[in-house]
Amino acid sequence: MLETIWFVLWGVLWAAYFMLDGFDLGIGTLMPFLAKSEEDKRYMYNAMGPFWDGNEVWLITAGGATFAAFPTAYAVMFNGLYSALLLLLFALIARGVTFEFRGKLEGSSWKSLWDLFHFVGSFLPALLLGVAFANIFAGIPIDKNGVYQGTFFSLLNPYGLLGGILFVLMFVTHGALWLAIKTKGDLYQRALSTAQKTWVAQLIVAVVFLAFTFVKTDLFKNYFTYPFLLIIPLIAVSSLLVMRKFMVDGSEIKAWIASALHIVGVTLFGIGGLYPRLLPSSINPEFNVTIWNASSSPLTLKIMLGVALIMVPIVIAYQTWVYLFLGHKLTEEDLEYEEAY
Amino acid sequence: MDVLMLSRLQFAAASMFHFLFVPLTLGLSILTAIYETKYVNTGDEDYKRAAKFWGKLFLINFALGVVTGITLEFQFGTNWSAYSKYVGDVFGSLLAIEATLAFYLESTFIGVWVFTWNKVKPKTHALFIWLVAIASNVSALWILIANGWMQHPVGYVLRNGRAELDDFIAVVTNKFGLLEFLHTVSGAYILSGFFVMGVCAWHLLRKNEVEFFKKSFRVAATFTLIFAIFEIFNGHIHGSEVAETQPTKLAAMESIWETQKSAPMYLFVVPDAENERNSVELFPIPGLLSLLSHHSTSAEVKGLKDFPKEERPPVGLTFFNFRIMVGLGFFFGLIAILAWLKRNAPETAPGLLKTLIYTIPLPYLAIEAGWVVAEVGRQPWIVYGLMKTKDAVSILASSQVFISFIAFVAFYAFLGIIDFYLLAKYARKGPEAAK
Repeated sequence: MLETIWFVLWGVLWAAYFMLDGFDLGIGTLMPFLAKSEEDKRYMYNAMGPFWDGNEVWLITAGGATFAAFPTAYAVMFNGLYSALLLLLFALIARGVTFEFRGKLEGSSWKSLWDLFHFVGSFLPALLLGVAFANIFAGIPIDKNGVYQGTFFSLLNPYGLLGGILFVLMFVTHGALWLAIKTKGDLYQRALSTAQKTWVAQLIVAVVFLAFTFVKTDLFKNYFTYPFLLIIPLIAVSSLLVMRKFMVDGSEIKAWIASALHIVGVTLFGIGGLYPRLLPSSINPEFNVTIWNASSSPLTLKIMLGVALIMVPIVIAYQTWVYLFLGHKLTEEDLEYEEAY
Repeated sequence: MDVLMLSRLQFAAASMFHFLFVPLTLGLSILTAIYETKYVNTGDEDYKRAAKFWGKLFLINFALGVVTGITLEFQFGTNWSAYSKYVGDVFGSLLAIEATLAFYLESTFIGVWVFTWNKVKPKTHALFIWLVAIASNVSALWILIANGWMQHPVGYVLRNGRAELDDFIAVVTNKFGLLEFLHTVSGAYILSGFFVMGVCAWHLLRKNEVEFFKKSFRVAATFTLIFAIFEIFNGHIHGSEVAETQPTKLAAMESIWETQKSAPMYLFVVPDAENERNSVELFPIPGLLSLLSHHSTSAEVKGLKDFPKEERPPVGLTFFNFRIMVGLGFFFGLIAILAWLKRNAPETAPGLLKTLIYTIPLPYLAIEAGWVVAEVGRQPWIVYGLMKTKDAVSILASSQVFISFIAFVAFYAFLGIIDFYLLAKYARKGPEAAK
């Protein structure tokens, strides 16, 4: 039971991370294509300004919770996917320092350098996380000792790459909508119309991915066994569809919320299909890393559950407050503010 | 080189680089919070400018502190997966608790603090920086409880082929971890205090914004003195805890080869690890080492020869870094007293001000040396007495780790140079002009 609770919490942490940092990664990916001027770029940086750092902590916690609740899964995954994870790490570092460094010196080549870092540091994590999760859905080549038998390039199979593209598109639409929430005028219009265009691509890739998933993985098994779980994919699909309506109406906040719900739905759909496996083995199901053979002791799970039950609502409360307090549209005055990016 | 050595070098590089940024974060957040509180209490605009000025330096430093911390979390899995599997039940949970309890708070409110100078009441705004400062330091507490457990494992049982948590209270009240925490954060506060005083000194010598920097100086001088004095006592207590729980580390710190009662302390020693002896031992003070480590001049101090060769830490590194740390610690105490005596009129002591500028890098040196003593001195154990470092490493191709190690060094060097350049540039620039 404790293992199952932690599995659900594990999924929720990932979903929260994708929902929150997803829009930052999306905005960063869009920057070279959407920003026409230095001013546009500054609006884009400042649209993420007060939030991205707090968002990223959900990743740290998702990683930390894996380590704490399922140490064997943490060990197998991080050891096996060494190169991919270090690439992700370098990208996240590159993005993180951009915010701090970019505005600190004048000169266009200085700024271009950090813009490049920012783009790579946003696009690459979006892609890699998608590739990683799709590969996990399909099963990765781990042997009976939990040793990964593939290479970095064996992750870049068609299904893995499709997952990567899906994540990039989800985050790009999500980011464009957040940008619409935070801006006015021309940039607002362009952000909204970008979201509409990427939404179409996202829909197509999502359909192909889902079909591929049906063929390539056994994620659907749990859903056929426990039909009430179908509510999760239902939320994912319907939120993707209503998103369109809100976008066309110009209700960017509602569209963003629908997009957030969609990302959560997609993540939980994958996680729900995995249960009770954390890392399925593509070599032999007997080598699967599951919540039963990878979990911490009941005492550790209990203590951490206590901490999570107290702290996570508090975190959600103050982060929600920050979003409500600083989620308003940016003005010229905000950009002149000496601390602005 | 093999995977083990490369992974050790990579972890050493990653953690030492991380620790170039974290100490200043720990102390400067508190100093910034103090300046802002003084502004709230007195209405003196200089303190508001101080909070902004030191806060900006804090932020430049903060970014790298955070991103390099993520590396460490990753590396436990990527490079030390056998460790993660074996002790994750205890160690992993401490990291996870750190994130939920402190890291969210710190990372959320730093953004809020930066963007709300004109949006909330001064009192509320000061609260934000206090939240950041408290969260950073609580974060350090959990990390050092985790490290303290690696130094002196408690509250676990060996079950199911791994170390499982048995007594959570014992883990979080582990005396070793708490002493290590006090020792480390005091070091961080000293570093931050000297950083602030050094920057003030640079400006005071140039007669820039004299009133402003005098105010900053005065607070930093008191802050530094408190912790410089505290650190000397705390260091002693921490040292005797090491003597109790990690006899091999103590023996390496002092280069003691033979077990002896009434062990003297030599003022000058040159270790010769090859031949298991010291090539030079001069000026003995009888019984002092026994007294310092075990509170009695006749107490027995274990020598390295009492332990099998494969369970002894590298003596040279541990011994010399210990001396660098302790020597600098006393030096900081002395300079802190002088600075405090001149706190109201530092501009009248140009010699002291010059010294303070050159002192800025020394706490960095001391704090890194301290980590070498703590971590190298614990070898060959990754968890003292429980798991050896060589058994903790991941299954990887050495080419993989070699490439990542080179990539880390190159990328970190690049970022580090930029960061210190910016830190120096903005420190020299001084505060925004008064309105």
